[in-house]
Amino acid sequence: MSRFISTNILPFLFVFFFASATTFAQQDTTKQVDGTGQTDGAAQVGAAGGLSSDAAVIAKGLELFNGNCKQCHAVNEKVVGPALAKVYERRQLPWLINFIKYPQKTIESGDAYAAALYKEYKQFMPNHDFLKDDEIVSILSYVQEETKNPTKATTTGGGTTATAEESKESSSGLLVGIVIGLATLLVVVLAVLAMLGSVLTKYLAKEKVLSDADKAILNQRIEWGKILTSRGFVGIASFVFVALVLKVATEGLITIGVQQGYAPEQPIPFSHKLHAGQYEIDCKYCHNTVEKSKHASIPGPYVCMNCHNSIKTTSPNMQKIYEYVENDEPIQWVRVHNLPDLAYFNHAQHVKVAGLDCTNCHGDIKNMEVVQQVSLLTMGWCIDCHRKTEVNAKGNAYYDDLTEMHSKYSKQPMKVENIGGLECSKCHY
Amino acid sequence: MSDTKNFYWKGIEELTNDIEVVKYADKEFPEHLTIKDTFGDNSESGKSNRRDFLKLMGFSVAAVSLAACDTPVRHAIPYIVKPEEITPGVPNYYASTYLDGGDYCSVLVKTREGRPIFVEGNSYSSVTMGGTSSLVNTSIMSLYDIERAKKPSINGKDSNWATVDKEIVDKLTQISQSGGQIRIVSNTILSPSTKKVIADFIVKYPTAVHVTYDQVSASALLQANKIKFGKAVVPSYKFEKASVIASFGADFLGTWISPIEYARQFAQNRKLGKEKKQMSRLFSFESMMSLTGANADYRTPIRPSQEGLVIAKLYNLIAAKAGKPSIATADIKIPYLDKCAENLWEGKEKSLVVSGSNDLELQQLVVEINEMLGSYGTTIDMNTPSYQRQGDDAKMSAFVKDVEAGNVKAVIFYNANPVYDYPQGASLAKNLGKVELKISTADRLHETASLCNYNCPDSHFLESWNDAEPKRGYFSLGQPAIMTIFNTRQVQQSLLTWSGNNLDYLTYIRNFWKDNLFALQNKESEFETFWKRSLHNGVFEPSVGESYVSVNQSATDAAATVDLNAIASEITSEYKAGNGLELIIYQKIVAGTGTQANNPYVHDSPDPISKMCWGNYVSVPLSMAKEKGFVNKENKATTATVKIGNTEFKLPVVIQPGQAPNTIAIALGYGRIDSDKVSVGKVATEAAGVNMYAFANAGSNIRYSLFSGISIEDSGEWERLASTQSHSTFMGRETIIQEATLAQYQKNEQAGRFFPKISGSIKGERVATDVSLWDVSSDGYGKKPEAKTEAEKMLWNERHKTGADIHKYPNHHWGMSIDLNSCIGCGACVTACHIENNVSVVGKKEVINRREMHWIRIDRYYSSEGDGLEERDFDKLAEVVENPKVVFQPMMCQHCNNAPCETVCPVAATTHSTEGLNQMTYNRCIGTKYCANNCPYKVRRFNWFKYHNNEEFDYNQNNDLGKMVLNPDVTVRSRGVMEKCSLCIQRIQVGKLKAKSESRRPKDGEVTTACASACPTEAIIFGDLNDSEARVSNLLDYEVEKGRAYNVLAEINTRPNVWYLTKIRNIDEKNV
Repeated sequence: MSRFISTNILPFLFVFFFASATTFAQQDTTKQVDGTGQTDGAAQVGAAGGLSSDAAVIAKGLELFNGNCKQCHAVNEKVVGPALAKVYERRQLPWLINFIKYPQKTIESGDAYAAALYKEYKQFMPNHDFLKDDEIVSILSYVQEETKNPTKATTTGGGTTATAEESKESSSGLLVGIVIGLATLLVVVLAVLAMLGSVLTKYLAKEKVLSDADKAILNQRIEWGKILTSRGFVGIASFVFVALVLKVATEGLITIGVQQGYAPEQPIPFSHKLHAGQYEIDCKYCHNTVEKSKHASIPGPYVCMNCHNSIKTTSPNMQKIYEYVENDEPIQWVRVHNLPDLAYFNHAQHVKVAGLDCTNCHGDIKNMEVVQQVSLLTMGWCIDCHRKTEVNAKGNAYYDDLTEMHSKYSKQPMKVENIGGLECSKCHY
Repeated sequence: MSDTKNFYWKGIEELTNDIEVVKYADKEFPEHLTIKDTFGDNSESGKSNRRDFLKLMGFSVAAVSLAACDTPVRHAIPYIVKPEEITPGVPNYYASTYLDGGDYCSVLVKTREGRPIFVEGNSYSSVTMGGTSSLVNTSIMSLYDIERAKKPSINGKDSNWATVDKEIVDKLTQISQSGGQIRIVSNTILSPSTKKVIADFIVKYPTAVHVTYDQVSASALLQANKIKFGKAVVPSYKFEKASVIASFGADFLGTWISPIEYARQFAQNRKLGKEKKQMSRLFSFESMMSLTGANADYRTPIRPSQEGLVIAKLYNLIAAKAGKPSIATADIKIPYLDKCAENLWEGKEKSLVVSGSNDLELQQLVVEINEMLGSYGTTIDMNTPSYQRQGDDAKMSAFVKDVEAGNVKAVIFYNANPVYDYPQGASLAKNLGKVELKISTADRLHETASLCNYNCPDSHFLESWNDAEPKRGYFSLGQPAIMTIFNTRQVQQSLLTWSGNNLDYLTYIRNFWKDNLFALQNKESEFETFWKRSLHNGVFEPSVGESYVSVNQSATDAAATVDLNAIASEITSEYKAGNGLELIIYQKIVAGTGTQANNPYVHDSPDPISKMCWGNYVSVPLSMAKEKGFVNKENKATTATVKIGNTEFKLPVVIQPGQAPNTIAIALGYGRIDSDKVSVGKVATEAAGVNMYAFANAGSNIRYSLFSGISIEDSGEWERLASTQSHSTFMGRETIIQEATLAQYQKNEQAGRFFPKISGSIKGERVATDVSLWDVSSDGYGKKPEAKTEAEKMLWNERHKTGADIHKYPNHHWGMSIDLNSCIGCGACVTACHIENNVSVVGKKEVINRREMHWIRIDRYYSSEGDGLEERDFDKLAEVVENPKVVFQPMMCQHCNNAPCETVCPVAATTHSTEGLNQMTYNRCIGTKYCANNCPYKVRRFNWFKYHNNEEFDYNQNNDLGKMVLNPDVTVRSRGVMEKCSLCIQRIQVGKLKAKSESRRPKDGEVTTACASACPTEAIIFGDLNDSEARVSNLLDYEVEKGRAYNVLAEINTRPNVWYLTKIRNIDEKNV
């Protein structure tokens, strides 16, 4: 049953995905607009702490904040690390710069404030010595701005979503309004016509001067029963019915085993959107055998640990991963892309040799909170691509002779199908 | 072909034109075969009717639609910590060493995600030179045998290592301190470090003595060399240097001592070609048809009781030529012996005589003959002796006597099973109770282990560290390719533990290599690099000087003089040419000594000569069958009651052409007990048979023939035989084998070739390949030849100006060449293919039903010359059957360019690729079997059942462990689909991908099929015909145009991509 459910849910998911994508896009613009609009309050503290209230600086600060701090810090609430609101009031700028660059050193140097922080949060922030002083200043400028004029988006996501939907509705609302208006008009017209009809019939009936033929017309009743049992109607209806059933059945049968849109829940809610999208971690960093093997391979927790030994170590999901490792138990990820056993697919062939991008088949992974199967993964889908795609023969000595021969006999570019890409035994053996 | 008048036949049934063979020749299946009806009822009466069909269909539709609703959730489970060298989906290869007693092969183990899936030969080894044998290939399945011992046990009850070790050490110490005798009984041990482990053990327990025996003993050969040269060793034979070879019952191509090595050597001097027009000549004098006899140019069947006289006569003939005195033995007249002596003498210093006899006198005579022929130093090398047989029959016999006398207090059976495979096993079994402490290291509670107090299971060789020195100065390392699957421990480790040594065996081997072998080379100055290099190569072959003494070398004596008169009188007293019934006990090439008796692949592979699978039988000559009324019919035979001494048993009879008159032959390796206490396993029980070790004559040297006390009678019963002999008959199209004599070949390289001509009304006679099936008007030359690019000109079809109907193969054109002259029929390719391609094991019943699934088979044809055979004159036939010639022809999908199967498939499930392959697409196949019916080569196999997850085929695909042997790159076929050889497409694809990702064309040899890689004689060569540098392409370029290459059934214009090279026999035109 779950497959049916997933197909049924698909359109909704799609709408949701689309809607949420718009939402996020709008958040960013809102913030920027807000930032430029209000500059007055920032001036006083900025002058005291050396922070800027320049819009450009704040924008840069936002970018840096999202890239380096957001995993652990928010401005107005405590996440992994302390809330940063008014941090510029609590400490002096040089102290802050020093601490951000070398937190552990500062704490271990015996600084009382830093030590108190460590006592409360029980972990070291990683060194950020790669940040330049003015970059830290811009981050703090953004924090100051955010402290004073908190963006609704970051704190109350729901609110913005609502506004976004409103604005979206208003654009499409006009259309709906027109349709509703026309429909109401139609109903009104029909009602008026019906009223007219009945009034006229009553009037004629009262006159009593009608001939039999006219009476017959006047008392005419639509004999629904007769129509329904007529051969023509039954014929048409059964044809339509059979055709519909066949259509539904064939469509249903074709989709058996097709899991397009399959987005199972994973044991750890790993976000590709965050890792691949926001932090732009290369796909091959985790799926590191994609150029060597038929499998792209799912990374084990040892890959997560490259970063997460210091980042977000206290998050409950990370704790889960630690648990897996401690119990010597592998994480049972749910496979999203399932090819039947009879089909052989090799990632290395497609990624390394053909030079295809992951998104060709896996879609816009960078925006997927939960990974789902975007492509059909049917044979027709494979074949279609093999028909359309040109062989990545340039610079590959394997194809030199083939290209030469192909160009001799054809003016078309050499497609995968031209070199046997449609043959059964390329994938089935 | 047309000029030689050879007559080919596969078996007696075919030769005598047995009515059933004729009746079923063109039928795929012999008779009405019951298949379960819709409700699983197998009875004849319970026919299902239309209603049943509808019910079932309704149910299926409902089930399918319900099943389709629920997509199973599949998991992707990564490593917790991925081992550095493993890339999921990419195989790793580890060099290791196959050891089974004295049987040795240097191997490469293919592992996927940490599990071994295939064993290939290691070409770095100059002993086995990249070859393998059936037993080496199938050994991988023994690793995944679910019936192996899973933990140590005490008196059959599971225990743990700590308890077992403690009890054993306590008892050993006590016995040793009280002066009780301890024995370690083993088969030949090739590992020098293991020898040292045993020596250490003996230091700790000084009353311990190491006793070695071999299942098939070569004790006499060792003794003869000890007397003559002071060294009890098997000399290194150099078959490649011999131009004349005479074998007296030594099946050196099949089972004798080091068959992989000998086969490779032998084949080197059998290959002919552009540069080589000479080949060796092989004489064989033997009692039953062995693989060596089948490959001999001149073969003479002799009775076992004649063997001594025949060798003595050869001695006299050679001695006369050498001007030495002859010895006094009775004269004997047998065909080809004089010719053999003459040829041997002519080829002096390039001749070689070998004997498989375990009679000391005969081996001594053979040594003398070889000396007169000047073989020592040329074709026999005494300086680099082989240690592959070290068993000493006298010592083993003394051990059994000691046990009987109650003199032995403790015994350790080091991977040995003497109760089963030693002639006095029964006595040993009876008297083992007198031994206080019995320890076995068996992989299951077999005949011996079940009688022991402790079983400390050894790990499989793929789970163990090991080293070996099969020949002096040729070292080999064995490394594990997988962690131990069960709670087993390798024997060496057990012995170390019991000796109180805490070192692990790996460190022990390393230390041994550091102390003893590191100094033998000067290439590496660091031991670590030396060790890694040796481990990587699997072998270490330094040139050792005279001073080097191998651990495997037993003490050397001074050479003694040989008393020829004493030998002569011994022979005279023992060998008296009589007429009584004689018995030969022999080893089969696939079943071996029985150590892999529970391996389903072993039993599913047909014996190369008899074509029998699954089980034991009595081979008898036709004359005896006629006399006693034995009959062989289509897959069934009469059974015989054989009486040896006081023991009587029943076995089916197989009439064996070429068997010496009035002799019967029964193979070793069968007859495993299956009782409450002893079970070797389900598969071994299914194979059944009789244990023939018990009947070998245990004199001072174990003798594998009996001259008296045997009787055989028709039991009046019939038994169905799992024989593949008459399956896939060639329907009398005799041109499929093309052969010539060496002299004819030297005159005309195309001798023996058959050039079929098609005659037409308009164009007259033409070769078949010039006739087009499709392009009638233009005969295939319709288009005017265009200017070709340089690359195009190099394509095979262009180079050879292939005529009509060519497919365009612009990229690769895969092709194969099979040299019938160097194919010895050993069957290594069959098992290799079986394992590589996940071919199902079908079991005895299904083989009887002609449903074996092998993608490659080796057709063994007997052939006879002369007239009168077509008329099937029975007297003439009997004469022919006495000693036919044999030819082996590996047959698999020929990958026809005009494939008859492709045109008849209604769903296009079998199609042609642009690389010359005939592709089989399982998921498209609907099982009409049209293709199989239309295949002239009969190489397509139909899946009558789902063989996996099916209790009725409980071989290896029924449990998770057995399934680990499956190749993950090959689909496991389900019921109702056709399958056949794919030319190992999965290997081709991997090779291509590797080349592409490195931006180059594939190198020759990079892509090879499983059969070609397993072939010990390199008879099968595979490669890209379009690659003008490739070996197969170079070979065929010459042979197709000018030499021996032909396509089977070329006259029907199927144009196979598999080519055969004619068989050349080194026989004189007029046989003397």
